[in-house]
Amino acid sequence: MMYLRQILTIAGKDLRSEIRTKEALNSSVAFSVVILILFSFAFDQAEGFEAFLGGLLWLAYSFAGALVLNRSFARELQNDCLDALISSPAPPSAVFLGKALANYGLLLVVELLSLGVFAVLYDVRLSGKLPLLLLVSLLATWGMTVIGTTFSALTVNLTMRELMLPVLIYPLLIPVLMSAMVLTTGMLTDVPIATNMVWLRVLVAFDIVFTGLAVVFIDDVLVG
Amino acid sequence: MTPALLVEGVYKYFGDFPALRNVSFQVAPGSVVALLGRNGAGKTTLLRILAGLSNPSEGSVKVHGVAARNAETRRKIGVLGHSISVYDELSAHENLTMFGTLYGLPDASKRADAMLERVGLGRVRDGLAREFSRGMRQRLAIGRAFLHEPELLLLDEPFTSLDDKAIAVLQGMLQEMRDRGRTIVMSTHQIREAMELSTHVTFIQRGQVAYDGERQSEMLHDTGWLYRTYGEQ
Amino acid sequence: MRQNILFLMAAVFTGILVWNMNTVYGLPQQVQNVGAYKIIYLHVPAAFTAFTGFFAAMVASLIYLGTSKLKYDAFAGGVTEVALVFATANLLSGMIWARYAWGIWWTWDARLTSMLVCVLMYYGYVMLRQAITEPTQRARLSAVMSIFGMAGVAFVYQSIAWYRTQHPSPVLGFREGGGMGPGLEAPMYWNFLAMLCLAVILASVRMRQAQFATEIDSLRRMAHNH
Repeated sequence: MMYLRQILTIAGKDLRSEIRTKEALNSSVAFSVVILILFSFAFDQAEGFEAFLGGLLWLAYSFAGALVLNRSFARELQNDCLDALISSPAPPSAVFLGKALANYGLLLVVELLSLGVFAVLYDVRLSGKLPLLLLVSLLATWGMTVIGTTFSALTVNLTMRELMLPVLIYPLLIPVLMSAMVLTTGMLTDVPIATNMVWLRVLVAFDIVFTGLAVVFIDDVLVG
Repeated sequence: MTPALLVEGVYKYFGDFPALRNVSFQVAPGSVVALLGRNGAGKTTLLRILAGLSNPSEGSVKVHGVAARNAETRRKIGVLGHSISVYDELSAHENLTMFGTLYGLPDASKRADAMLERVGLGRVRDGLAREFSRGMRQRLAIGRAFLHEPELLLLDEPFTSLDDKAIAVLQGMLQEMRDRGRTIVMSTHQIREAMELSTHVTFIQRGQVAYDGERQSEMLHDTGWLYRTYGEQ
Repeated sequence: MRQNILFLMAAVFTGILVWNMNTVYGLPQQVQNVGAYKIIYLHVPAAFTAFTGFFAAMVASLIYLGTSKLKYDAFAGGVTEVALVFATANLLSGMIWARYAWGIWWTWDARLTSMLVCVLMYYGYVMLRQAITEPTQRARLSAVMSIFGMAGVAFVYQSIAWYRTQHPSPVLGFREGGGMGPGLEAPMYWNFLAMLCLAVILASVRMRQAQFATEIDSLRRMAHNH
């Protein structure tokens, strides 16, 4: 009970300060829109273009997401706030999960806004497909969040952290992004979900395994 | 009686470099310990270990008989470091309420208000920390460290760069802590101020304890005495 | 003692390689209508050695987190770097063969892609190590990264395998559909052994360098402090 309260307190704190400054949200959404526009030049909207849609959407999500994730632990650097959190009774895993939860919320907001832009720019009809897209987004975004938040903590004291984070997380995120792309493309091109069940399973397994690893090893990351 | 703080054989290595070597001492409840030593002697490293921010490479730290990284122990410790450790984007009241909730205080919001009055920030409770003057931010930080009425206070150079008002607030609160039998460990360069408050002195040199005992009257008047008597040449 | 073991391994490594080169030279030029197949005696053992290294590094990282003894970190760091070299050898030899057999330098085949991702991941690990200057912090953080990396490798391999496969079906006997025919497999295993010896030699050189570096770092800190 106490643990849950601590998680929510930290998540609430992160969300509140992000909503006040909007520095991560603004840049992330703007970046995502820019990517979506750039892709329209990369792929001429010709026959068979649908096959790229899922990939396009998730690339935009993941590039924009790195901006949100980069801010996560960097936010604690100012005034050495992380020290106050770690010396509080909240266990490191609660600090981690709280911050992950806040990132999750922010990423989902960025994705929702980008999805609107995406649907308009690429004339994608989403009606009837939203529940499945929501499921895929929730699962894949949690995978991105867990990896991103862990590595945000891992790189927080590095001078090059903003350059390091993408290099470290994208290779690890390949299974998540690949699954999400296959599922999203399949959904947009009306492939029955039964064919792609395996990718849903990859997402669930990834989420479980890496959430577990993060919770177990976050002590080593945060406490010297 | 269980000591308020028991440090046994603590080593801390950075790579092969021993920042702390076999540090052992204990602090009885109600004492005020001045942690002295030159820059780089290991004071901050030691305080970080006591605060549970860092694990010792060897040895153990116990607070009232319980390990330092235990959640119950951390509830009893208050930490005030070099930095203020409050969030710029949150208001004074939100900052304190947040930390109060993390410490499991049942009436965090009320406690936060009381503390804000106490450190003279009652009128600006809803102002963002970012908008505060330096002195106000420091008082907010003091409020954060004392909010949960810690039994053991760890202060790293608390008087450095505080303004007059913040020093007055801090001294008042430390005095009150002392009167209520709480334990205080503080590292400091301001030897005179530290000496007046302290009952004990722990002097660290090159990561080792060079002197550990009661504050002696010579220390009060002659700041160089400690270094001359116990320090290596 | 340690040096003698290393010399012994070097001898074993050289012996096996020379003997094996002779064996491989005597093998037919083509097997099952595939030419230039002999590169496999470099390609496959290099992959095995790389994965053995990544796995050993993960085990050492776990031990480091349990014991805080820096020698395990030096081991993990050294072995990962060496494994990265073998993984790169695997990629390059694969590309050369693909150019010969398929007429292309690169194809997004499952195994090639997985190995490429793997190389990128552990390249990140090496970058992370270089970005952290304090040895104990470096050990802690890179140990966590190594563990995440190994779990990532498992996911990457499985999911890319489901995604696409163009690779000639695995040649080794313990996988179904493979098999190179009698007499052709043995030199590959011997080469694996030789490469393992080489990897151990290289890794221990890197380990010793890492230990010196830590020592120099601590001397420097001592000099600054006094």
